Amino acid sequence: MKPSPWVRMDIWVRHLVPFGMTMGLVLLSVMPVGLPGYARIAPMLPVMAVYYWAIYRPDLLPAWAAFAIGLLADILAGTPLGVNALVLLLVQSVTASQRRFFLAKSFLVAWWAFAILAAGAVGLSWLLVSLLDGRLIGLGSVAVEYVVMVGLFPVLTRLLAQMQLAFLKDV
Amino acid sequence: MRSKASGAMGRLATARQTVQRFAFVLLLALAFFLMILGRADSALVDRVRAAVVDTVAPVFHALARPAGAVADVAHQIRDLANLRADNVRLREENARLLRWETVARHLEDENEILRNQLNYVPDPDPAYLTTRVIGDMGSAYGQSMLLGAGARNGVRKGQAVLSGQTLVGYISNVGRRSSRLLLLSDINAHIPVMIESTHARAILSGDNRTRLRLSYVAGDPTLRIGDRVVTSVSGGAFPPGLPIGVISAVGDHVAWVSPYVHHYQLQYVTIVDYGLGGIQTFPDTAGKLHRRGGGRR
Repeated sequence: MKPSPWVRMDIWVRHLVPFGMTMGLVLLSVMPVGLPGYARIAPMLPVMAVYYWAIYRPDLLPAWAAFAIGLLADILAGTPLGVNALVLLLVQSVTASQRRFFLAKSFLVAWWAFAILAAGAVGLSWLLVSLLDGRLIGLGSVAVEYVVMVGLFPVLTRLLAQMQLAFLKDV
Repeated sequence: MRSKASGAMGRLATARQTVQRFAFVLLLALAFFLMILGRADSALVDRVRAAVVDTVAPVFHALARPAGAVADVAHQIRDLANLRADNVRLREENARLLRWETVARHLEDENEILRNQLNYVPDPDPAYLTTRVIGDMGSAYGQSMLLGAGARNGVRKGQAVLSGQTLVGYISNVGRRSSRLLLLSDINAHIPVMIESTHARAILSGDNRTRLRLSYVAGDPTLRIGDRVVTSVSGGAFPPGLPIGVISAVGDHVAWVSPYVHHYQLQYVTIVDYGLGGIQTFPDTAGKLHRRGGGRR
């Protein structure tokens, strides 16, 4: 039996949650909240969200969506165009291709894998920005960003898991 | 029957995979194309960037209020924590400023007399515009902010941006209703400055950190910690004497400047057009711009 239009619309809206939520994180990362250091750590939040959805619902945040989110981040944050787009595209594709490995594993494994992937993501954006800007960007602040990102992973993942449970349990 | 169906499903899955792979390669190529385009035609990319940011700007405007509320709480907590120390500092500062006031009044009188004697032509009053900070684009790769005023308000590339009387950066990209403030701490920001006490010229550049880098100090290079750093006339874009910060550390061939204003404190900034360096003047837009100090000569 075909579901009613309302049910289909409900499912459609629920399916938009991962994309909308990750887009929201991009916007959130440029909000001026007046906390010292906030601007430093916020920009990497979308990487975590893309990683999470690539494992648990890759159908709802496919490669092109990760690319689009990265492109918006580039435009807003003023990083050279294409850098975040490429990084998020790679994070999504690499993670989605290995998702069978993650699904059965414990949280610690996902965290550990994220630490490796994030190092790649941060390293690649550092390399690309340095190349495109034609000068070496200080590695110190990039390293801080990386450590904070890995440290925040459990918090954001818990939030995303709750969101998945609330909106996407049956659809 | 069953095997036929599963065979069709299998083919469908393979086709899907092929499409996905093709899309991936396409997006990969697009990303590299965009990077090269950004290098080759930065004016075009700037225009696209400004247009997209303009489209999203209303969202930021709407978000700026709640963000401002969060910022206020953060400010209050910091203020409370620093209450005692601030009090002591302010008392000392007040005593010092009272002495300076006497000196300043004396100098003002003297200046007035001398100007009259010389028939001095005063600097033109600058046009200015105060606007809200609607986005903070700080990261390890750059330090800029999104402002809620654009070309339709008279904002132009290169205009100085002040917080109070302190220079915090300049306009680097302008959309119709939003613009981008490049902070002095951005790695692409370089401005000519001078040490106030010795008038030694130098270049101040960003490092993507809170402290700023002072290099190429010309002439007498005796830099002392605590020396004030102000804008110099060399660049032609800013008037001389706008305060920026104080020297906080001195090393070999380089010194570090601690700015008076940290960018996370910024909620409102003033965009100022001094009419220097070929920067266009503000058009007269519906009472949004005022001449500073109208009565003063």
